[in-house]
Amino acid sequence: MNPPDSLTIDKLIRTVLRDHGRLQKDPLTIADRDDLFQAGMTSHSSVNVMLALEGALDVEFPDHMLKRSVFASVNAIREALSQLPGTRGLQ
Amino acid sequence: MLKTVFAKFARTMGPELLLSAEAARAVVGGRRSRVGIDVVQVSRIAESAARFGDRFAERLCTAQERADIAAEPAQAHERLAERFAAKEAALKAFDLCESGIDWRDIEVQSRPGGWGLALHGRAAALSGDSATDVSLLLSHGDGHVLAVVAAAAARPQS
Repeated sequence: MNPPDSLTIDKLIRTVLRDHGRLQKDPLTIADRDDLFQAGMTSHSSVNVMLALEGALDVEFPDHMLKRSVFASVNAIREALSQLPGTRGLQ
Repeated sequence: MLKTVFAKFARTMGPELLLSAEAARAVVGGRRSRVGIDVVQVSRIAESAARFGDRFAERLCTAQERADIAAEPAQAHERLAERFAAKEAALKAFDLCESGIDWRDIEVQSRPGGWGLALHGRAAALSGDSATDVSLLLSHGDGHVLAVVAAAAARPQS
């Protein structure tokens, strides 16, 4: 599944967090640096978030990115995605 | 601390867990010990399997683990939940949550009389001498799976 052109990475991340993150805060308004695990995300839901992002962008997180800190905030996820081939042109 | 954690879960998951706690204590003995615990809700694992299809299990499980799960189709979600909880417990026990570990480098093995845990690749390399005498304990209750990974280091506690 490819995201619509108008969908920014930020909106995609927040939409995926809404659908899969099981956060106790509103993912659409949570601060970029807020700790998602403190906001209720579990290790299991972080895997769901990872798989949903991979499906949406047709990418795969490499092994070295399979760590808790990569999914700890919207900023961290955005930074990780920016390093993946195929997502560098997205805002 | 460990006793408190086990007692907390034992209140909700029953006496089986108390036996597991004793087993864990027997394993770690007087040597440096590592313990990791994880709890997952089986229905949430089932949701993930439904949402992501085969990719969920393929990303998390080795070919042998998937074969073991497929061998019990009526209990597939519970078996998958066991693997997930065990891998997360192992990541915590060996302090690998920030190491970038492929979940498939931590393999749950069904052995006669219980479970085993095999570490491969970076998981094996980074866990060092902590990966000796690894014990995996799984407990079930109220739609949840609890995994405890206990390991004793090769060297005695100094």
